[in-house]
Amino acid sequence: MAEKLKLQEVEVWDGNMAFAQAMRQAQIDVVAAYPITPSTPTVHGYAKFLSDGYIDGEFVLVESEHAAMSGCVGAAAAGGRVATATSSQGFALMIEVLYQASGMRLPIVLGLVNRALASPLNVNGDHSDMYLGRDAGWIMIDAFNAQEAYDLMLMGFKIGEDLSVRLPVIINQDGFITSHTAQNVKPLSDDTAYNFIGDYKEVNPMLDFAKPITYGAQTEEDWHFEFKARQHKALMDSSKVISDVFEEFKSLTNREYKRVESYLMDDAEVAIVALGSTVESAVQAAKDLRKNRGIKAGVVATRVIRPFPIKEVAEALKNVKAIATLDRSAPGGTMGMLFNEISAALYQSESRPVISNYIYGLGGRDMTQADIKEVYADIVKNAKAGKLVTPLQQFSGLRGPKLSFFN
Amino acid sequence: MLEIRWHSRAGQGAVTGAKGLGDVVANTGKEVQAFAFYGSAKRGAAMTAYNRIDDELIINHEKFMKPDYVLVIDPALAFSADITANEKENTKYIITTHHTKDELIELIPKLKGKSVHVVDCMKISMDTIGRAIPNTPMLGALMKVSGMFDIEYFKNAMLKVLSKFPQKIIDANMAAITRAYSEVK
Repeated sequence: MAEKLKLQEVEVWDGNMAFAQAMRQAQIDVVAAYPITPSTPTVHGYAKFLSDGYIDGEFVLVESEHAAMSGCVGAAAAGGRVATATSSQGFALMIEVLYQASGMRLPIVLGLVNRALASPLNVNGDHSDMYLGRDAGWIMIDAFNAQEAYDLMLMGFKIGEDLSVRLPVIINQDGFITSHTAQNVKPLSDDTAYNFIGDYKEVNPMLDFAKPITYGAQTEEDWHFEFKARQHKALMDSSKVISDVFEEFKSLTNREYKRVESYLMDDAEVAIVALGSTVESAVQAAKDLRKNRGIKAGVVATRVIRPFPIKEVAEALKNVKAIATLDRSAPGGTMGMLFNEISAALYQSESRPVISNYIYGLGGRDMTQADIKEVYADIVKNAKAGKLVTPLQQFSGLRGPKLSFFN
Repeated sequence: MLEIRWHSRAGQGAVTGAKGLGDVVANTGKEVQAFAFYGSAKRGAAMTAYNRIDDELIINHEKFMKPDYVLVIDPALAFSADITANEKENTKYIITTHHTKDELIELIPKLKGKSVHVVDCMKISMDTIGRAIPNTPMLGALMKVSGMFDIEYFKNAMLKVLSKFPQKIIDANMAAITRAYSEVK
């Protein structure tokens, strides 16, 4: 029987400790992992809890991230609660197996501590790895600080393991900015956290020898399409479960989560759409601009990245005049993901705010309050003109001459 | 919002110091942030760590900071690191050194006219803890200069932060805090 840990009402944890503590409280059956910066302390912290007797479960230290996710797939198919954590190159190496996990409908939870992808080599935070996984069929949720990393890791198990969902879940947090920044975190007690998630419910466990089943069958054109359509439908339909779990968590903790988060949006005329810790920094900048400059600035964030909340995000942005979408990933020859997705969502609604795209913060480049206020200054111009008077895509925080496209 | 920048070498405990301070502050009901610039820092490499302290939830995640306090826990970094970067008019400096305040300001002219405090955290940590871990004495000096907490309250709070260590180490750290508190000038 695992020992319990007595936590204080307020702990000072970084995002990795928040992940590790939530994973401990979930009492996972199998963690297979290959540590990589900046998610190493999540794996290290979990392994320490296990060896100190706070977890009844297996910890498998494997030889690569491909093996880590493969081990997770095997253990989840066998019928256990399973999780792991990784970053960057490690996540890239997992990609092949990510599609296997979602196709087999295995509710694995992956703590993804976001980091840049090489080359050039860089251990710092950006969203390249997050963006790389967005078609893999996983539910993707984003935490903006350590408290949220803890809360959402707990909720990730409950969402993915729901009998109507049965899909793997990625919980993202920013490398270093969140993962290595200690902040006040209010945890739940071990019992409260575990009871919130509940016991693992087995579905078609391979270890049930009385009922032999096949995972990952070969289908070819006969059944593949029906499988993938059903998988997509499950992912789309998971929105309701995600909202329900957020609601249940709120009634337990008074901490509110929504699939689309809106800050200062009631009367906002200009809005930034972003992900990660930048969401909170943008709220700080918007507050200052409202107070000191009278600019009606707001912030919208897609807490849930997959399934993408198309209707909710269009609703959140319907009354603004101009929007800046901030993407922390090199867009590889097109517009940033958020620009594309937000534009598509708005095109399905009546409203036509002026929308532009900023690439920022690659490889951990600091997104300062001054940088964010410059973005707001740009979109105030767009809002006043009622049309795009800035370049469609700009780089924010880049040294040297300004870089922009579609001027 | 109170902002603190630590100048340290990797391995001297600036991150532990910043997080320890964070633990103490969080227990008083305030909100804290403790973070560092790591890069590919190896033991001995110059690095910086940071604290933000506020009554409200801290939502600013920029690394850029105009510090209220600059804490230098390695004596050589006062000379080689850009310790006055992004300073404010009233930024206070607490610098580990074996020099007197006047000697130090003469050696580092850019500190002239600024609020400079000196304390020999290296000697104190060697005398008390037996190793060059100048982070806890620096916190004692910070308590004196800032008046952030009553020293007895702070020491009690630090007991909890250090509780995972053997009693001998806890006692040595307490002695280091007390000495730096009384010796900082």
